[in-house]
Amino acid sequence: MAQVLPKVDIVLVGFGWTGAILAQQLCDAGLRVLALERASSRSTPVTWATTFDQDELRYMWRHHLFQNVKYSTLTFRNNVNQTALPMRHLGSFLPGTGVGGAGIHWNGQIWRWLETDFKLKSHNESRYGKQATADLTLQDMPLSYQELEPYYDMFDKICGTSGQAGNLNGAKQAGGNPFEGPRSAPYPTPPLPMTYGPKLFEQAAASMGLHPFPHPAGNLSQPYTNPLGMQLGKCTFCGFCEKFGCGNYSKSSPQTTLIPYILTKPNFELRTEAEVLKVERTPDGKHATGVTYIDTAGVQYFQPAEIVALTAYQLHNVHLMLLSGIGQPYDPASGQGIVGKNYCYQTMSGVDLFFDDKLLNPFIGSGAMASVIDNYNGDNFDHSGLGFIGGAYVAGMITGARPIEMVRVPDGVPKWGLEWKRAGAKYFLRNMGLSVHGSSYPQAGNYLSLDPTYKDQFGRPMLRMTFDFPQNDLKMAKYCTDRATEIANKMGATHIHPKPRQGPYDITHYQTTHNVGGTMMGDNPGDSVVNKYSQSWDVPNLFVTGAGLYPQNPGYNPTGTLAALAFMTADAIKTKYVKALGSPLVAA
Amino acid sequence: MTVAWPRSLWGRILAIILALIFVLILVSLVSWLWLKSTEPNVQDPPPAPLRILTQPIPDGPNADLLRRGRYLSIVSDCASCHTRGGGRPFEGGLGLKTPFGIIYSANITGDPSAGIGDWTPAEFYGALHDGKDDEGHHLYPAMPYNHFDMIPRADSDAILAYLKTVPGSSYAPPANRLPFPLDIRIAMIGWNAINFRPHPFKPDPAQSAIWNRGAYLVEGPEHCGACHTPKNILQAEEQDKALQGSVIEDWYAPDLTGNPRTGLGRWSAGEIVEYLKTGRNSHSNSAGLMSEVVAYSTSMMSDSDLAAIATYLKSLPPSPDTSSPAPDAAAMRTGSAIFFDECTACHLVGGKAQPGMFPPLPGSAVAQQRDPTGLIHLILGGGRTAPTAAKPTFQSMPSFAWKLSNQQVADVATFVRNSWGNKAPPVTAHQVASVRSELKLQKPELRK
Repeated sequence: MAQVLPKVDIVLVGFGWTGAILAQQLCDAGLRVLALERASSRSTPVTWATTFDQDELRYMWRHHLFQNVKYSTLTFRNNVNQTALPMRHLGSFLPGTGVGGAGIHWNGQIWRWLETDFKLKSHNESRYGKQATADLTLQDMPLSYQELEPYYDMFDKICGTSGQAGNLNGAKQAGGNPFEGPRSAPYPTPPLPMTYGPKLFEQAAASMGLHPFPHPAGNLSQPYTNPLGMQLGKCTFCGFCEKFGCGNYSKSSPQTTLIPYILTKPNFELRTEAEVLKVERTPDGKHATGVTYIDTAGVQYFQPAEIVALTAYQLHNVHLMLLSGIGQPYDPASGQGIVGKNYCYQTMSGVDLFFDDKLLNPFIGSGAMASVIDNYNGDNFDHSGLGFIGGAYVAGMITGARPIEMVRVPDGVPKWGLEWKRAGAKYFLRNMGLSVHGSSYPQAGNYLSLDPTYKDQFGRPMLRMTFDFPQNDLKMAKYCTDRATEIANKMGATHIHPKPRQGPYDITHYQTTHNVGGTMMGDNPGDSVVNKYSQSWDVPNLFVTGAGLYPQNPGYNPTGTLAALAFMTADAIKTKYVKALGSPLVAA
Repeated sequence: MTVAWPRSLWGRILAIILALIFVLILVSLVSWLWLKSTEPNVQDPPPAPLRILTQPIPDGPNADLLRRGRYLSIVSDCASCHTRGGGRPFEGGLGLKTPFGIIYSANITGDPSAGIGDWTPAEFYGALHDGKDDEGHHLYPAMPYNHFDMIPRADSDAILAYLKTVPGSSYAPPANRLPFPLDIRIAMIGWNAINFRPHPFKPDPAQSAIWNRGAYLVEGPEHCGACHTPKNILQAEEQDKALQGSVIEDWYAPDLTGNPRTGLGRWSAGEIVEYLKTGRNSHSNSAGLMSEVVAYSTSMMSDSDLAAIATYLKSLPPSPDTSSPAPDAAAMRTGSAIFFDECTACHLVGGKAQPGMFPPLPGSAVAQQRDPTGLIHLILGGGRTAPTAAKPTFQSMPSFAWKLSNQQVADVATFVRNSWGNKAPPVTAHQVASVRSELKLQKPELRK
């Protein structure tokens, strides 16, 4: 029997980006907030001091910052005809664990969706006909870019995002992204400076009539103090950003922008090493009473709360919804059900470049130091006759030259031995990659569910992922990689190796930690799990945040949009929901 | 002694298994020691905010008294000494390191037996004013009754009323670790006879009201001199050198006089207020014990009281400037190279640091104190700026103990103390070794 604890106003399940955003907003509104985090407490300058953080073996290869599959994993299969097996080593994606979540080891690439990404299904159908989307289970978001813009702006100001606006209140700005939706304010800090590699990309793209602009970055170009008084420092381009913590206050993370502020609040409490097992409900199932969690000693607690918010990673939010029996699980055979539906990923391709005559010094790097073009993303180009929809941004990016991961050699060089060593040494400072960061659209057979066979350490069914790349996305990857290759040619590289993403999906090799969908947002309970305020249709005092809200994944890194949605959710809770406890904010 | 090779097959198998186990244990032990020795120092977190000092006190018949009592306890910085890391607020148990031994702070929660729940106002006033506890036993002067004796009776009563509302804790702090005869509290009669004269605060009519308020706060409840005034051989404050800086618990509490190099001569009154309120300004970031003072006391004080402190401190005449020998050119060269490799990510080439983020080193008073203990401590153990409501970020200087040898620390400290116009006596490896040993920090391993 679980020990019953004193009730709080809101319990947050998971304390990464969205948990921290809700905590900050709702503490300031006077609510008693409790955050439960399954792993340990961490602070960037202490846990990842600049004197030892650049340890590739420890952090990258031994997964020090990532979810430990010994305690938490999932099962995987490519399609419903296969039997899923548990992942015993993470590969394709690397979710975080502990305070700050994956917000610690992300690259700081802060994007907004295009205006058309919010109405993806209706927009594509009106432009290319219903046939263009027939094989995909696309859905429109229940809100517009304009509704979300103030919250995008809040996140930019919290992070101090470095970048160059391309559209300020409808007026196009030179040097920015001409395709982006109107911004209400410029980026808080100027763009990051670029090294030679991204500059070569910028020059080549511009000479081809494309529109290069500096990658928007949560790695700051100059010291910045955010509206909460949190201070960030200038990035030193140490090259250990993605998959590493930043002890230098240069990378926007929950720890550098929000958490120390929240910890000064008397109405906030954080409990670490507290793993939530289930959302508990009243007997009629229509009201959440709180959550049951377990500590590292194996003791179970029932934590009552007026509001429950699932603020964990997308995979865990979906898992908890399924384990708690909230909403109908999706069944691909019948097409019925909604929880777990529209699981999408990110279709990552690239082009490898090697220069015999140019030194790029890629050890000077940062998580978002890049020149980017958005000409081939979303519906920024005419897809007529191409046989696919969606697209990718192409970035000439240098995140660093980590000595184990990034000894790269041209295709055809042996994988080991003297020749490999020679080529590795020759090209270590002379290579870079173009990232082709593609959209991922849903199809009926891709979904998340409970595994019928395998159980986790608490005896609960594991989460099962069923996923393969839709033909639409593979065609998109080929087309966009071809366009990137044209830029590579213009850059004058000696060896150019296009690497368009090809099926079947291989979960063992790293691609990106952009898992989305499963707790879709929509405008009616028939085709979504939550409403536009991230409020559950079935249990009105339950809110779900994160990338699980996306019905599909546009060609952008998900953090910017999920953070904006979390600000919008917090706003709805404090201005609307607390005045109408227990009521739906959108009529079903 | 010889060991016979077993004759039987099973005996041989057993011997081989035992030998393998032995080798395995040896390998594990060696690798464990190796891993242990190369693990960087992970340091303590900064002072955690004490909710009890910020939570609203609900309305009630005593609310005004309790709110005033809490503010006065904040002004007197009770929490810094009476809360230990990981302990509950005001339950004591923090070990204060003195040259004579360790003195543990008392439990001053509302618990009637372990705390001060059963103390009368007269007994509490006696502790602040005469240095005696509720049973008439002498307190050690680690409790700064030589400052608290300025606190008027009404304020003392309000502080006690507030502390009695602090949730009681039955925690009993450890016994002090002092040598004979100092472990006998009666010995303090002698100490008091030599060093202690109760002295109520006497305003100076020639000065402004704000100056007098500042003088009262600095000399009385905030007890700045307890750390910042040099001590004599009996650990009593040397009044003729008041607030000129002193070694305290392996740190150095800097000079607070008008000396432009080591003191506050280059700080405006507004910058002093900013530092005390937020834990940082364009000259410096709090670190060490001062981070606790900022977190638990000054950051929660009223702007007018902080302005009064600044007014008083700005009126202190500069401490005498002393000459220092020129540093060794080879040490400066080595120090410069180490500085470039290890320090410039935050402090930048030229030492001016990222503005508004990290403290600039040219002109830094912390770097130029005559005694380098504080600077050595910062380099070896790192430092934490206090998180405050206005500026919640805690800037952190990482530990270099695991990375730099005593000589390397000495050279980089000498370089920082004598570059960009800075001037201070060079640092020796011996001084670094002594701080390292006091802090029980590991030495860097030579990696082959």
